Amino acid sequence: MKSAPPLPTWADILILPIINLCAALFVCGLIILALGENPLTALVVMLRGAFVFPGSLGYTLYYTTNFIFTGLAVAIAFHAMMFNIGGEGQASIGGLGAGLVALWLGATTPPAIVLPVAVLAAALFGAAWAFIPGYLQAKRGSHIVITTIMFNFIASSVMVWLLAGPLIQPGQQSPQTATFEPSAHLPKFTDVMEMMSISVANSPLNFSFVIALMALLIFWILVWKTRFGYELRAVGHNPEAAKYAGIKVPTIIILAMALSGAFAGLMATNEILGVQHKVVLNFTSGYGFTGIAVALMGRNHPVGIFLASLLFGALYQGGAELDFEFQSITREMVLVIQGMIILFSGALAYMFNPPLARFIHALFGGRKTQHV
Amino acid sequence: MESINTEVDLEHEPPPAIELRDVSKTFGNVQANKNISMKIEKGSIHGIVGENGAGKSTLMNILYGLHTADTGDILVNGQKTNIRSSADSIALGIGMVHQHFMLIPNFSVLENVMVGNEGGFLLGGGEEEAIRTLKHLGTEYGMDVDPHALIEDLPVGIRQRVEIIKAIKSGAEILILDEPTGVLTPQEAEGLFTILRVLRDRGVSVLLITHKLAEIMAITDAVSVIRDGEIVGHRKTSDTTTEELAELMVGREVSLEVERGASEAGETRLSVSNLGHSSLSGIKKLSGITFDLHAGEILGVAGVAGNGQTELLEILSGMRVPDEGKFSVLGTEVTPNKHSNPKLMRKLGIGHIPEDRHLHGLVLDFEAQENFVFGFHDADQFYSGSLLNQRFITDHSSDLMGKFDVRPTNPKTKAKNFSGGNQQKIVIAREINEVPKLLIIGQPTRGVDIGAIEFIHKQIVHLRDQGCAILLVSVELEEILGLSDRIMVMNAGEQMGILDRDEADERTLGLMMAGITGSNAA
Amino acid sequence: MSEFALQLLLTLDATVRVATPLILCAMAGMFSERSGIIDISLEGKLLMGAFVSAAIASVYGSEWLGVLGAVFACVILASIHGFACITHRGNQVVSGLAINILASGLTVTIGIALFRQGGQTPLLSRDERFTPVEWPLVDAIDAVPVLGVIYRELISGHNLLTYVALILVPISAFIFYKTRFGLRIRAVGEVPKAVDSAGVSVSWLRYRAVIIAGILCGIAGAYLSTGQGAGFVREMSAGKGYIALAAVIFGKWRPYPAFFACLLFGFLEAASARLQGVELPLIGEAPTQLMLALPYIMVVLLLAGFIGRASPPSAIGIPYNK
Repeated sequence: MKSAPPLPTWADILILPIINLCAALFVCGLIILALGENPLTALVVMLRGAFVFPGSLGYTLYYTTNFIFTGLAVAIAFHAMMFNIGGEGQASIGGLGAGLVALWLGATTPPAIVLPVAVLAAALFGAAWAFIPGYLQAKRGSHIVITTIMFNFIASSVMVWLLAGPLIQPGQQSPQTATFEPSAHLPKFTDVMEMMSISVANSPLNFSFVIALMALLIFWILVWKTRFGYELRAVGHNPEAAKYAGIKVPTIIILAMALSGAFAGLMATNEILGVQHKVVLNFTSGYGFTGIAVALMGRNHPVGIFLASLLFGALYQGGAELDFEFQSITREMVLVIQGMIILFSGALAYMFNPPLARFIHALFGGRKTQHV
Repeated sequence: MESINTEVDLEHEPPPAIELRDVSKTFGNVQANKNISMKIEKGSIHGIVGENGAGKSTLMNILYGLHTADTGDILVNGQKTNIRSSADSIALGIGMVHQHFMLIPNFSVLENVMVGNEGGFLLGGGEEEAIRTLKHLGTEYGMDVDPHALIEDLPVGIRQRVEIIKAIKSGAEILILDEPTGVLTPQEAEGLFTILRVLRDRGVSVLLITHKLAEIMAITDAVSVIRDGEIVGHRKTSDTTTEELAELMVGREVSLEVERGASEAGETRLSVSNLGHSSLSGIKKLSGITFDLHAGEILGVAGVAGNGQTELLEILSGMRVPDEGKFSVLGTEVTPNKHSNPKLMRKLGIGHIPEDRHLHGLVLDFEAQENFVFGFHDADQFYSGSLLNQRFITDHSSDLMGKFDVRPTNPKTKAKNFSGGNQQKIVIAREINEVPKLLIIGQPTRGVDIGAIEFIHKQIVHLRDQGCAILLVSVELEEILGLSDRIMVMNAGEQMGILDRDEADERTLGLMMAGITGSNAA
Repeated sequence: MSEFALQLLLTLDATVRVATPLILCAMAGMFSERSGIIDISLEGKLLMGAFVSAAIASVYGSEWLGVLGAVFACVILASIHGFACITHRGNQVVSGLAINILASGLTVTIGIALFRQGGQTPLLSRDERFTPVEWPLVDAIDAVPVLGVIYRELISGHNLLTYVALILVPISAFIFYKTRFGLRIRAVGEVPKAVDSAGVSVSWLRYRAVIIAGILCGIAGAYLSTGQGAGFVREMSAGKGYIALAAVIFGKWRPYPAFFACLLFGFLEAASARLQGVELPLIGEAPTQLMLALPYIMVVLLLAGFIGRASPPSAIGIPYNK
């Protein structure tokens, strides 16, 4: 068999991800069918749940916010060829940071001070938690995948210990902190609208969505427009060459991981400062892992990450609707969809590459080859 | 079956060990092999010689089942075959010694020899038999090895021996060797040749693939020359000369001389004294290197690959720290305690064309324009404020691509989509554009087509004439002799001596590369 | 026998129970990883095995069918992993992660569709489960001081799958170091090219290794839900697959050291369960969270080179490209 012709860039960026997504959804459709429900009806229910019902868009964007942060976290590390699976742990430690600031300054300081400091703390705590695996990888060659997995579990132990011990709300049994003072709450979208006398359905969407959009922009500038980004990508593509070019490879790896942790930590601004208003256990609920799917689908580019986050936001919000409409399928179906998407857009990313390339070559190829 | 050559049948001669008929292979748009036909007689050593990229490796991979030919037939012992995998080749009695050894470093010799050839589900029985075979091969063929030694502890020459043993043990009657002497010292190479001769005398057919004509003349019985994927001639070795083969290889009369005037050496730019380096495992890679390099002078460094040249280049360019000795470059001194780094070296005005452009010189997934600033990406000229000035970088790259005739000319093309020669031009353009005070070059023309070689050689000489001090490391003696004003020869990490160009010829250098110093040789 | 010694003995007994799935998964991970395929999907396969065995045992009333079903399901997951990593040369970590998330979603989704109990399977009765195997002469030896109680508590009375796990350790070691298959698996994880050029198929070797990993994870899963437990509950693997992976690394990819790592990690978990809320002399309340996190911390320290050096198979994680 002759090897397939190369795939044109536009097809690689546009067509291939869509084919992979469709393949994942198709397999999920088969599973829903096997469970005795109609996949198309399920799709309609999810779409309605994600966009049509009052307040549903707000919920969708609220989930989207989480995925933008965790997606960016995975993506920035990917650019340095580091695989950060530790988003869960970094986000929970980030939440701890935000929570500590909110509890400490919340009662005495105005929002204009406590909120920025809390957001910064979320990023810093997340960065610190990722710094250690980054440092161990860069300086001691410890495999980043394994250490970040281990750090997830360690973070979880730390959180259980703190929330059931030193930080527990006095007089309470459940492992969580006291509720923050209102000055440490990020403004909610509905409240802002209400102040302008616009009535919208209630949703948890809050100011952290704006922070997420800013993070997307910062990511783009950082990776493609700055010296650091240039060095980051050089290290990711060819660390040996980077060394030749005078780039301090270990430093770049450590910085990339710290930034990654910072993005993951910022996820806590949405959950902790925006919604829960206290630190609780397991508030990360797997969003850190979903970030991997988001980064893979979004090809580590802010535009792609935004679109993929929106998709997963819609899936999560729409998936909740499944519980009400169906007997046999529930919101856990979203996990199946997510798994399939990671499988097809990640592990099997290039399965459809050769056939697609041949197809495109057959369609347009004749003219182009003459040109060369 | 019907294809057995009747002529051969009539004379009752054995059929050739291998016969190729019109074998062709295409990768994408590149035709690597075109209608290759040849015969390799039983019990002979047959050479295939050609330049890098001529299609030797493809041909050998087809024979060993790693690639499948698009068209054409392969006959082994007169029988038509259908080789689709290495397992097929092995079954046909073909064994192969790869250029990069197929050995498992943390396995013992015994385990390495047994993989794929275990002699049963349990290792116990096979082990004893393998040890017996190893002993037998040791006495019969002079290939002694300790079966329980770990591969990683053995010197290169012995590792290669293990490769040959592996092939013979799995029943090979036809042995293919791919550039087997590239990593060997001349003595080790001589040892290999002795073994090959013994093998031939015991009826093994040997196919030797190389680009070194001296080897062909020294050991083969017959030779086929390959150029641009085609066979351009078959000769009996006794009927041909090095010159004829060289002409066949490059397709025209070769002039190895590069046009250049006399050098006018100026001030000392680099002064190296007693430089040494050991690997992590404590093996001495470099020791006692001492020389001066002046402005307007090319100092060539000759030697078999792996004799410390890489370490020397990397230390001088700041990528490695020396363990002993010191060097001072453009007034800055570097010692084991006073480190340098590539960034600092570049700031001093040192250019570095690395030995391996894929490993070090380029980021293949970067666009050409990103590669044109690689290593210089700290320079203020490429920024507006603290952000990269994309437009300036594009213009700068287009400019260089024009000057150095890099094709295709689009600066947004990814580096991996350029040919070897054009990739090398990108590296060279980047490193010499701002006339460095000192240029360190490793293997400037490795895997580069003839046209680009000439261009690159001219650039190097031109740079010298502009007063640049140049250190040129190359394993190609012709390149060293053609370009250098003085020549340093390295062996086993030590310098064997420094000669003026006028005192040097291939024979003297060859002896020195083999570790025999000038005075000893005389 | 002193109270302390008895407590210790009971903790050791619990250690064996807790360590059983770890040992099975660690041996699974060993086969996969020694062949060069990273397997973080031990966790997902364990979970899937637990679900399928409990579901089948509950529907058909046979724990043996349950094991078979679990093995079958895990072999399918393993084959997907192989298809992605070997045939399509995908990223092994990504593939493993996909399988973990798929298992997490599928077990609950199918569980709800089948049983409508919020993702659990119905409680299994005694004859739908693997029950403790009483060794002969327990009563006779019981009279012997020390030895008797050790024999009764520690050696006898585990369920069959535990003994299977224990026997699998020497069997794995034998396969790795004394058989053709083992030699090739070790070789293909180091220098796959060498194996290929010796005429042995790299892909087929790795597929077999990955499938063996599936089989062992299936047994481990069955142990969780039809041996140790009496039915499946959501996320019942609870990170055990990752601990097993940690044990593989901690054991430097060798069967016996990995086995001891499993016992050590099992002991930490068993002890922390026993010490929950207990006041200890000198250190006060037992640091159970620290004990639970200790396996992870130890692996990080090992990987950082603070306690020995772990060098993984050289070709691990790198797709083989001819």
